[in-house]
Amino acid sequence: MSATTDVLVENPVEQLLRTERMPHIWCPGCGIGTSVNCFARALLESNTDLDKVAIVSGIGCSGRVAGYLKLDSFHTTHGRAIPFATGLKLANPKLTVVVYSGDGDLFAIGGNHFIHAARRNVDIKVICINNFIYGMTGGQVAPTTPLEARASTAPYGCYEPPFNLPFLAEAAGATYVARWTTYHVVQLTKAFKELLAHRGFGFIEVIAPCPTLYQRRNRLGDGLDAMKYYKEHSKIRHGAPTSEVGLGFQSEIIVGKFVQKQRPTYFDMEEQVLRQRLGERYRPLEELVCQ
Amino acid sequence: MITADPRAVLTGAHFIDGDHACTEGCIAAGARFAAGYPITPSTEIVERFAERAPEIGGRFIQMEDELASSIAILGAVWAGAKAFTVTSGPGFSLMMEHLGLAVMTETPCVFVDVQRGGPSTGLPTLPAQGDMMQARWGSHGDYEIIALSPSSPQECFDLAIRAFNLSEEFRVPVLLMMDEAVGHMTEKVVIPPADQILLYPRRYTKRPPSEYWPYEFGEDLVPEMVRAGMGYRFHITGLTHDERGYPAMSAEAQNKLVRRLKEKILRAKDRIITLETEALEEADVVVVAYGITARVAQRAIELARKEGIRVGKIRLITIWPFPDEFLRHVAMRIRAFVVPELNLGQIIREVERASCGFCRVLGVPHAGGTVHRPEEILEVIEEAAR
Repeated sequence: MSATTDVLVENPVEQLLRTERMPHIWCPGCGIGTSVNCFARALLESNTDLDKVAIVSGIGCSGRVAGYLKLDSFHTTHGRAIPFATGLKLANPKLTVVVYSGDGDLFAIGGNHFIHAARRNVDIKVICINNFIYGMTGGQVAPTTPLEARASTAPYGCYEPPFNLPFLAEAAGATYVARWTTYHVVQLTKAFKELLAHRGFGFIEVIAPCPTLYQRRNRLGDGLDAMKYYKEHSKIRHGAPTSEVGLGFQSEIIVGKFVQKQRPTYFDMEEQVLRQRLGERYRPLEELVCQ
Repeated sequence: MITADPRAVLTGAHFIDGDHACTEGCIAAGARFAAGYPITPSTEIVERFAERAPEIGGRFIQMEDELASSIAILGAVWAGAKAFTVTSGPGFSLMMEHLGLAVMTETPCVFVDVQRGGPSTGLPTLPAQGDMMQARWGSHGDYEIIALSPSSPQECFDLAIRAFNLSEEFRVPVLLMMDEAVGHMTEKVVIPPADQILLYPRRYTKRPPSEYWPYEFGEDLVPEMVRAGMGYRFHITGLTHDERGYPAMSAEAQNKLVRRLKEKILRAKDRIITLETEALEEADVVVVAYGITARVAQRAIELARKEGIRVGKIRLITIWPFPDEFLRHVAMRIRAFVVPELNLGQIIREVERASCGFCRVLGVPHAGGTVHRPEEILEVIEEAAR
């Protein structure tokens, strides 16, 4: 006798999502959701105390990530996720603080905060979804838009050279720097796990398609076409000099882990200097929790 | 109420300036985190905090600009700290966005503005009171704010504590509107014993995570708080949100939220507003002043009384919310208000509005850079009495 039974397979990442907020606002083919899936898996596999994880986002499509993750989550102002995260971490060093935002948010309006947080080596993790464009506001040119790519405010093609984000991050002092695309879900998940375990300021650039605005305006097809492109034109080069990983329009995409090193964190240096100078008068506190 | 941590309170009589007194007030109030960016004439406040913090279990960070400073303190608050930032005119302008975020997310914190001459870079080392309307309206959208104005170093200490207490009670950013003259004036400041400093505790929820919504509110319209790392997995956003803290893009949600944000302050107005009054019963003319100008006006009031003019005084200690009703009742029985201030007419507009035409309102405007001469104020009092 045989009987068919419905087997309800629960997606393990669901426990990390605010399912009551679904459907999300992201377009079909968008890469942000894929990255969130990888991130959630990495969190679950990394033995991180989920009650101690705080997600901070800025504004934009990627800025909505904080709102969908069932963690302590903060949707802040445009460009200022990093200084908010710095305040969180400094007031409670036991928190795992992750900034999850977009290229415009982190590197145009928020660029100054990024370089200073990397310089300080504050122990926060920054994930940048780079879709080469401002999605939420309708496809404007970004500091990451490749030369000659079109955007609504660069209708004849972009003529400003873009940032090479891993190069910028390393130069500013980041101690973990990697880049993957949303095609590389296995590697990306692994990289997120490394990022979560990393001590110091870490940065991952996630190349992701924006089918609605970037792909369409540049006649690059839909989300699936982007995946094919990432598959065929990405080259894994761990340890590649970050100066050599800049991106052009539809150029080869160098992916991999470029930097992984240790140097004293903000807390290490603070502790060392204050203890040395103040001796017994130094009264460090793990958490600044008020009554 | 709870009492201050005796390990951090410098009980005793001190001879310090208003900036340093402000620092001690913030510390006595329980602030253990500050973020700031150097700007004259406010920097001494964070310089002193940077020196004191490592000895009292606190932390100071000099951020890359005022945008960063004003949001770093919000992050620290959501991690559980009491936090403040300090600035002057140009920096105050940059902080407006995060003042709005603090209002919208109901984050208790204190912003100190030591006012100098403006607009723009203006007069970095010289006094003004030109940010009073910016304090009220500087961030976009509708909101209520609390702003206090000290007239002496002692009051910089006292009002710093009050600013923190009000911010905790109403979950609103509170502005301490100093000016260069008060900030750099050195006087005796008495710091009481810690057990005499009463502090309003943070309104942490006692509900378990399953029964908690971040913006559910009770009778006083102020929601209960949590902090990161407690297991509540809560969400905070600057978007218009519902009681769960989730974005809610509708006119209804907007109406409900923004009206509550205003109403929680307005309904407690009588408790928030503090004034110092003098000889109002007999007065024909009443001087309305605040900050350093109230002290200069005192001299003018005394000179006018020698001439036989019946002059009263209202010193505004709370600037926002504004004491509309009180001023209206005074306006009904006097001939004129005289409003000296170190700007070309800001608080005078409020006095005119509150007076409802019951009396004349004469200003003593001053572009800033120094304080008034008492004679300038006296002349207008004389004119008002005629």
